[in-house]
Amino acid sequence: MSEQPVIRLEALDKVYQTGEVAVHAVREVSLDVFPGEFVAVMGPSGSGKSTLMNLIGCLDRPTAGRYWLDGEEVGSLSPNELSRVRNQRLGFVFQGFNLLARTSALENVELPLLYSPQGHSRRELRRRSRVALERVGLGPWARHHPSQLSGGQQQRVAIARALINEPALLLADEPTGNLDTRTSIEIMAIIQQLNQKGMTILMVTHEPDIARYCRREVMMRDGRIVSDRPVVDRRDAAADLAARPEPDAEVPA
Amino acid sequence: MKFSATWMIALRALRRNPMRTGLTMLGIIIGVAAVIAMVAIGSGAKAEVAASIEQMGQNMVMIISRAARSGRVHMGGDSGVALTKQDYDAIRQEVCGLAGATPEVRANAQVAYGNENVNTTIYGVSEEYPAVRAWRLERGEHFTGLDIRRATKVAVLGQTVAANLFDGGDPVGQMIRIQHAPYEVIGVLRPKGANMMGRDQDDLVLVPWTSAMVRLTGETTFRSISVQAESAERIPEVVEQITELLRQRHRIPEGRDDDFMIRNMQDMLEVATSTAQTMTVLLGAIAGVSLLVGGIGIMNIMLVSVTERTREIGVRLAVGARGADILLQFLVEAMVLSISGGVLGIALGYAVAHLVSVRFGWITLVSLDSVALAFVFSGAIGIFFGFYPARKAAGLDPIEALRYE
Ligand SMILES: Nc1ncnc2c1ncn2[C@@H]1O[C@H](COP(=O)(O)OP(=O)(O)OP(=O)(O)O)[C@@H](O)[C@H]1O
Ligand SMILES: [Mg+2]
Repeated sequence: MSEQPVIRLEALDKVYQTGEVAVHAVREVSLDVFPGEFVAVMGPSGSGKSTLMNLIGCLDRPTAGRYWLDGEEVGSLSPNELSRVRNQRLGFVFQGFNLLARTSALENVELPLLYSPQGHSRRELRRRSRVALERVGLGPWARHHPSQLSGGQQQRVAIARALINEPALLLADEPTGNLDTRTSIEIMAIIQQLNQKGMTILMVTHEPDIARYCRREVMMRDGRIVSDRPVVDRRDAAADLAARPEPDAEVPA
Repeated sequence: MKFSATWMIALRALRRNPMRTGLTMLGIIIGVAAVIAMVAIGSGAKAEVAASIEQMGQNMVMIISRAARSGRVHMGGDSGVALTKQDYDAIRQEVCGLAGATPEVRANAQVAYGNENVNTTIYGVSEEYPAVRAWRLERGEHFTGLDIRRATKVAVLGQTVAANLFDGGDPVGQMIRIQHAPYEVIGVLRPKGANMMGRDQDDLVLVPWTSAMVRLTGETTFRSISVQAESAERIPEVVEQITELLRQRHRIPEGRDDDFMIRNMQDMLEVATSTAQTMTVLLGAIAGVSLLVGGIGIMNIMLVSVTERTREIGVRLAVGARGADILLQFLVEAMVLSISGGVLGIALGYAVAHLVSVRFGWITLVSLDSVALAFVFSGAIGIFFGFYPARKAAGLDPIEALRYE
């Protein structure tokens, strides 16, 4: 792979200063991710996975080191340019979903479109967020609020929201955390399909089973990358789903 | 990002918490309603005062004798000369720009018709009195210049006297007795109602001033003379001419004060309306304070809401909102709150003003000015009190906001 990396990290550091104690959450992380890659970031709790994802997602700024996104150095961007990057080039799925409460699934998914510089018509907004919800199998739940959805459904709303602006890079922080096995595989099937269509994906998980759906596995410990290798026994989520017995059909309440 | 999107976002955010939205708006509603109602009541009072002064006569100038005011007792040389018939004639003949003039002598007397009799005030006035005082007759006619010259015994009755003596019958052509002398009733004045002090203005009888002086007061001087200028613009020159004329006639040396006072209705109107205006401003200011409190309420709610919605702001920032988008959203929210509160407040204020005028019979005037002012002011309150919380929200760091518990 000689093309330009989507993500290039060079000795990235993140130190949290809480009072007297300094927590070194990410230490000298260097990493290249190329277009079309599907990377699983693994590691024990507290190893700095989320911190790294936030840095890559342009939500947080590193204490030291450099970061290029599509060849552009992120450290030199203004807050407004960072907003644009988050809106247009990145899709972020948070560890805790981060959906707006008391807001329908449809309006949650619509959110990035509202802030996109293209200025869509209302009808266009509706249409696109409907399509995005249907893509994750939540068409009938469009009017439901997060509190009326299951964890897996909320996770899928979060994925639909991350995908609405058709980003080239999807960052997902434990998209299958707290989900049962079947739902996890369903989510992985969606993500695998996106990757097959050419989307670059970086995903945090601490479940080795889930990591096997990815193509590359990065292991972190104490803020450092301790191993980085391709997934050898890769699995196909769609096939795994087909092999499992069908659950009861989902019907909205 | 399109402005319509900001609108949508702000309206959705407000709709998500109808209780909070309603309560915040209530502060503005009450504030604006208070301003509208208070100013309406104040303006109504002002209009009422102006109307009652204008009722005294248009472009009227009143000359009052200081001698008469001090109870006709001559107090050395300083008390001056009272207003005489000669003064009156001189004013009529020599002052330019007069539309009419009437002297005024006054006496309390008993008036009788048949078995009925009442105590009332008899005014000796000229044939021009109805014009000068803008007080027309309802029935019959006023006396003429000939009646004045001949000092005939004719009378024009005020409504109250007519009602008390004739009990609904037509007094015109009937003979009444004033202090036992027979007078013929030739006219009845239109009703004027109570004046500002609550005195019944219709409780009077007009007779030719010549008759009054000869038969009732026994005086030879007037307590006052009222003249009417041809127009409001001519009032100052009329006042000047009269002053000049009377000083000359009363032989007042240079540097000495006048021995008479000239009251100009225009000035009285100004004094009275400015008093009413002060009251309006005062009422409005008190109400304005409550509007200010409403505005602070908005700021309070918006500040709480920025804290409460920190995660929401974080999510918005994370999906690509810029600081400016957040700022605008909170500003629009504050403005929607204050402007819709303002509109509802205007409606409520209007209703209160209406209720007050129906219930208490006060005149209230909801001026377009105060409505426009209240509207603009409530919008400004939205911007002013919304800005600080909005800026606070816009300055949040995305990751900090997302982590907020
Ligand atoms: N805002 C913060 N302030 C101070 N320390 C923090 C903050 N966020 C994370 N840390 C610390 O940084 C380290 C890495 O945290 P991080 O959330 O990246 O771990 P993680 O690998 O995502 O863990 P998990 O698998 O439990 O999600 C931890 O020791 C954590 O306590
Ligand atoms: Mg984490």
